Amino acid sequence: MERNDMDQPDDSRFLNLIHLDLPLLVGLLAVSGLGLVVLYSAGQQRLDLVIGQAIRLGLGFTVMLTLAQLPPRYFRFWSPWIYLAGILLLLAVMVVGDISKGAQRWLDLGIVRFQPSEIMKLAAPMMMAWFFAEKLLPPRWPHLLGGALITAIPFVLIAEQPDLGTALVVGCAGGSALFLAGLSWWLMGGLAVTLGAAIPLFWTFVMHDYQRQRVLTFLDPESDPLGAGYHIIQSKIAIGSGGIYGKGWLNGTQSHLDFLPEGSTDFIFAAFSEEFGLVGGCLLLTLYFFIIARSLYMAAYAPDTYGRLLAGSLTLIFFIYAFVNSGMVSGLLPVVGLPLPLFSYGGTSLVTIMAGFGILMSIYSHRRPRSR
Amino acid sequence: MNLLLHRAKAPVDELKIRVGKDNAAESELFFRRALFILLAIFLALLAVAGRLAYLQVLNHDRFTTLADSNRIRLQPLPPTRGFIFDRNGVLLADNLASYHLEITREQVKNLDQTLAELRERITLTDADLERFRRLVRRGPPYNGVPLRFQLTDEEIAKLAIDLYRLPGVDIKADLTRRYPLGTRAAHVIGYVGRIDENELRRLDPGQYSGSTHIGKTGVEQSYEDVLRGRTGWQQVETNAEGRPLRVLSRTPPTPGQNIYLSIDIRLQAVAEKALEGYNGAMVAIDPRNGEVLALASQPLYDPNPFVNGIDFASYQKLNTSKDKPLLNRALRGMYPPGSTIKPLMALAGLDYGVVNRYSGVFCPGFYRLPGVDHKFRDWKRGGHGSVDMDRAIAQSCDVYFYDLALNIGIDRTHDFLDQFSMGRPTGIDLPGEKGGVLPSQAWKRKSYKQNWFAGDTLSAGIGQGYFLATPLQLAHAVATLSQRGIRFLPRVLYATEHPGTREKTIEPPRSAPPVVVKNPRYWDPVINGMIHVVEGGTAHRIGIGAKYRIAGKTGTAQVFTLGQGEKYNAKNLAKHLLDHALFIAFAPIEEPRIAVAVIAEHGGGGSSTAAPLARKLMDAWLLNKYEESPADGTDLPVDSPPTPELSPHGAE
Repeated sequence: MERNDMDQPDDSRFLNLIHLDLPLLVGLLAVSGLGLVVLYSAGQQRLDLVIGQAIRLGLGFTVMLTLAQLPPRYFRFWSPWIYLAGILLLLAVMVVGDISKGAQRWLDLGIVRFQPSEIMKLAAPMMMAWFFAEKLLPPRWPHLLGGALITAIPFVLIAEQPDLGTALVVGCAGGSALFLAGLSWWLMGGLAVTLGAAIPLFWTFVMHDYQRQRVLTFLDPESDPLGAGYHIIQSKIAIGSGGIYGKGWLNGTQSHLDFLPEGSTDFIFAAFSEEFGLVGGCLLLTLYFFIIARSLYMAAYAPDTYGRLLAGSLTLIFFIYAFVNSGMVSGLLPVVGLPLPLFSYGGTSLVTIMAGFGILMSIYSHRRPRSR
Repeated sequence: MNLLLHRAKAPVDELKIRVGKDNAAESELFFRRALFILLAIFLALLAVAGRLAYLQVLNHDRFTTLADSNRIRLQPLPPTRGFIFDRNGVLLADNLASYHLEITREQVKNLDQTLAELRERITLTDADLERFRRLVRRGPPYNGVPLRFQLTDEEIAKLAIDLYRLPGVDIKADLTRRYPLGTRAAHVIGYVGRIDENELRRLDPGQYSGSTHIGKTGVEQSYEDVLRGRTGWQQVETNAEGRPLRVLSRTPPTPGQNIYLSIDIRLQAVAEKALEGYNGAMVAIDPRNGEVLALASQPLYDPNPFVNGIDFASYQKLNTSKDKPLLNRALRGMYPPGSTIKPLMALAGLDYGVVNRYSGVFCPGFYRLPGVDHKFRDWKRGGHGSVDMDRAIAQSCDVYFYDLALNIGIDRTHDFLDQFSMGRPTGIDLPGEKGGVLPSQAWKRKSYKQNWFAGDTLSAGIGQGYFLATPLQLAHAVATLSQRGIRFLPRVLYATEHPGTREKTIEPPRSAPPVVVKNPRYWDPVINGMIHVVEGGTAHRIGIGAKYRIAGKTGTAQVFTLGQGEKYNAKNLAKHLLDHALFIAFAPIEEPRIAVAVIAEHGGGGSSTAAPLARKLMDAWLLNKYEESPADGTDLPVDSPPTPELSPHGAE
């Protein structure tokens, strides 16, 4: 396959100097900017909301810029330690964590409260990349088991909190690292078949009636219109009534009349689609696809296995956020509480995602140009 | 051929392993995998785009209609609460139609203005407004929030004229809980009240949306799940103003089950009337199955004002009264059982082999521990002389039981009486039951950080000192005695009834682990002693003229301790220092059908005050002798609805 390593045009010399990638930066700025515009409308035209979000974005971009300066060998060196610290913090949360909204995920450090599960979104892919970096690829059985364990431990700890959304993200990050490391197709096929066969058996013989009911409500929230289904019903009305061209900025009735719950956070995609229609929705999806494609391209040109695997799974995390949220809001997927990246109001996951892009840029920009 | 090639290739692979990783090959592998992932991502995002097109192009019209002009709203349909009857079907709790004012937030343009306009027409207290604002903040905007309960006819008329000018304001009919017999059996039935903040947090929001009330105490609380039923809901199409146009689909609510109590309300009336003038409690149990026939606690209170929020002054009055009318003394009043514990002590003595039925003790009127000057007195100055077990129970000789308690020891006493559910709740199906105190060495160390003294054992032996029991525990114990150890959990639920088919399900008795003694004949001397309490003993007066034979035991619990050498003189004591009067009994002795425990606080003596009350109750139950006519307190007083006189504004 013919690939050209020298793809650094002259006019971005300054950006090269500060280790930023121009196309990716443009993509990220475009989505964030559009997000602020939509937030102004979805958040009932409250300027303080927009300013708060802009400050968070600024913080996110600063984190990205800072991490991009560090050479990837630092990340590699620290990977196992960060992972270990993350696991310990997750265990600490189990014992002494604060309970908020029925789930135990916060650790109170006196000054700040934070979620250790957030660290795991970066630490789990870092550890996977570190683990497979020295191994022969495609991986052998013991190594596969080791990799599965590295992902499974944080996954179980986070799912126990319970925080299904974050657990899903961490699990997908680990799974994608395994896949990118060259997990054999046969094995994947076998796993899929086993799972497919196990689920009906599990359903019939192991689960209780009330557990089945809970799963059914999860898969079909509209069967519970007074509870979980209300969000989805209103969200679908918002999107559907938007039509092809939308009702126009500041003209969305669903979000402005308070019908759409969480209109500025998890369900901001519905508010956006109501006002900007199918055209706006497709534009946003295209922007996401562009960011993902550029990130994967950068991952493919990383100099070593560690860089490739880490960059690849960080990209997959971003995709999971975008896909699960847009799928949930449009009623395609079950309700899982994940925000729309760079769009939803709120800070915790935003900073994590930007840190991920910082690492990605570091990996890409610190490679030594290999001459042919 | 192929095989050969394969063999030839093998050494090269091994070489690679030894040399190490092949970065170029791994890069190649990664590139292929990344390309595959990119394709998958493209397809996934395409699916979302397709979904958007499906919603926004194909179903655009439908969703536009939903969003713009017509809105589908979901209305919860709260179920009708089940009725409560006594064992003979006398109505104790039902639901009465009443009207309340409701505001739906999403349909009101200017809430403050609307509230001001309403205030010009009807009375709205600050408490009403505060509660309303709190509820509005919490609920979704499409749900109606109650503003005023118990609208009068006049108020409804005033509002009805202007209702068309006030979008979002509705008069809603609902059902209010009513307790037609007022104070009768109030402690057993309990009452419902508005759901408060704490309850709201722990309740299932789906099940309780549209419901405003929940069982707060008594049967209303313990059988909330049975009485409540299941919430239904309906989809309503509304016009642009939010007025319902038509019902699209409807899942009807399931009404709650009716409940029949084991209480006989006539017997309950006898008990409550007998106790009038005292603070105290009276419990009657059918010893053959644990059914509670009457459970009275005096003084009483009227549960009706609690249903829609009792006003603050009345509540303060009830709550701070030193008679504590809200306290259910039968389950939560803890009293020294006094001499009523003696039959159980005698049984413990036989079981541990400390005495036999003929063992004698000489009673000089006091008891002295070896080496101690302190005299533990007998209630009878001068003493009972020589007594055996039968005489000791019949005459209630304290000295006999001082000696017995000392010989058994406190920890063995604890272990034996524990079988009768002393010191722990009996497990009745009413909320808030207390367990009393059954002292032991370990208990005292834990509670008082002190060692146990021999003197403590003597006090415990006659049911004084640290010993505390509830009237229900005493009734349960005497019921167990009457059945020679066979125990049933006390319960007030007799049957449940399907409200539609009127099909009754009778609750089966729930047995509890029996009291086991080494020789079943040990029960005889104890029960004989109790028979002789009534026939020639301390309670001989209630035996006069009885048409059946009674076994009983009197008790007089000291409220304060006399100094050494002082003499108890009822005339010189303030009422609140008078002894508590207790009596336990079962009858008829041949085939016991009722077991009773009575406590009259500061009633004086068990034989003079408490025993006659128990006799009245047993006469009523066994001879079907009720003083009052059925119309008096046992029939529906249709002429006195509880509202609106009791809380004219339905205010808190």
